[in-house]
Amino acid sequence: MTLRIPALITAILERDLRLALRHGADTLGAVLFFILAGALFPLALGPSPELLRRMAPGIVWVCALLAALLPLDRLFGSELEDGSLDQLLMTGLPPSLIALAKMMAHWLTTGLPLLLAAGPLAIMLGMPTTSMVVLLTGLLLGTLILSLIGGMAASVVLGARRGGVLLPLLVLPLTTPALIFGAAALDAAQTGLSWGPDLELLGAFLAAALPLCPLAAGAGLRAAVE
Amino acid sequence: MSHSHPLPIARRISVIPAFTPPGRPLLEVENISVFRGERLVLDRVGFTLEAGDALLLTGPNGAGKSTLLRVLAGLHKPEGGHVLWSGVDALADRSQHAGRVAYLGHQDALKLGLTLRENLTLAARASGGNPDLCMESLNISGLADLPARMLSAGQKRRAALARVLLAQAPLWLLDEPSLGLDINTMGLLGTLFAAHRQAGGIVIATTHVPLPLPDARTHALPGLNESDIPQPLEDFPEDDLL
Repeated sequence: MTLRIPALITAILERDLRLALRHGADTLGAVLFFILAGALFPLALGPSPELLRRMAPGIVWVCALLAALLPLDRLFGSELEDGSLDQLLMTGLPPSLIALAKMMAHWLTTGLPLLLAAGPLAIMLGMPTTSMVVLLTGLLLGTLILSLIGGMAASVVLGARRGGVLLPLLVLPLTTPALIFGAAALDAAQTGLSWGPDLELLGAFLAAALPLCPLAAGAGLRAAVE
Repeated sequence: MSHSHPLPIARRISVIPAFTPPGRPLLEVENISVFRGERLVLDRVGFTLEAGDALLLTGPNGAGKSTLLRVLAGLHKPEGGHVLWSGVDALADRSQHAGRVAYLGHQDALKLGLTLRENLTLAARASGGNPDLCMESLNISGLADLPARMLSAGQKRRAALARVLLAQAPLWLLDEPSLGLDINTMGLLGTLFAAHRQAGGIVIATTHVPLPLPDARTHALPGLNESDIPQPLEDFPEDDLL
């Protein structure tokens, strides 16, 4: 069995990526939301380059956070509805690893596209290219954290009535540290201060979420099929 | 019966466990009790099955047939009772128990956007079985590269049954396996059941119609008593929770 664990995780990833490609419109939805929401700010705040440059880190981070929420309620919801969750559990893979595989799939189909779209959005908002490295490094860690915490919350609300309403209320408070450190690192980079410690704290947050979130999510999955 | 191909596959699936203590049945179910909310759905259900046995679970709607299957599959934790597999507590390690079980739920659990073959990949990876052989024995090889959304209800059921075969597990737990199947496939199912039992496997199925399982035992679940029926709906507030 232990030998089969990597093969099964890859199989779940392959399956989810294949599904994401087949349902391309759903997959692109989060990225399009990210770009559109980011594009609304210049319209609402006025086209002052100075103001936008000042606000760009916060805008990019908040929009990424909200965009990553969109596909979360389908992450396990669709598996529960069509009975696939039962079959996933019947593969013999421990539930926490099933959850981890699904979180990885969420990152590959949502986090990675957001990361790719963040650069152009930041340039559009007039962010200096010198802080681009800090933005992308921060977002790389941040989107991973989002997938972990989001996946955990999605499995906890699984099967609850109006889980879709509950989900953002659960995820957003838990991800505020990531938002604070990520935006602070960018701010520091723009004002010429040291941005290392903020990114390190972000990394520490990821290191804590990596083992804990799949464990909690696994318990959530077991409870959901009861 | 005109179908002859399923047998060779079943031959290959040796399902008798490595050791079974002498004098112990393969599967022992003792005093399983399950509550749903306030209601006792299963009340001390018990039976024992030897290798090669088949059991039909019957009873009215809501009698807890599907719940019992989910308990036996390790998907639902019972409030009381034990499931012993060759003398060992099966529900102690549910991930390990999953390897002994092929579970066919009420739903077919197919992803509509994936082809039939892609739908079976995960189960094939888990058991090391050959999906092509299993599709062949349910006469759906020709549909292997069609997306599942293009299949009829009966064809989807056959795909789900192919996954049962693919699991290469000794214990088959089937929730209404005949749902939507045509008469030919019912014959096919009979052949598959016979081959599985001959190889030492156990079949437990819920059903409302006769299944091709000769000399299967029947376990009737009593269902609801009048006094157990839940209170009228006004006792369940609809909108006070998120």
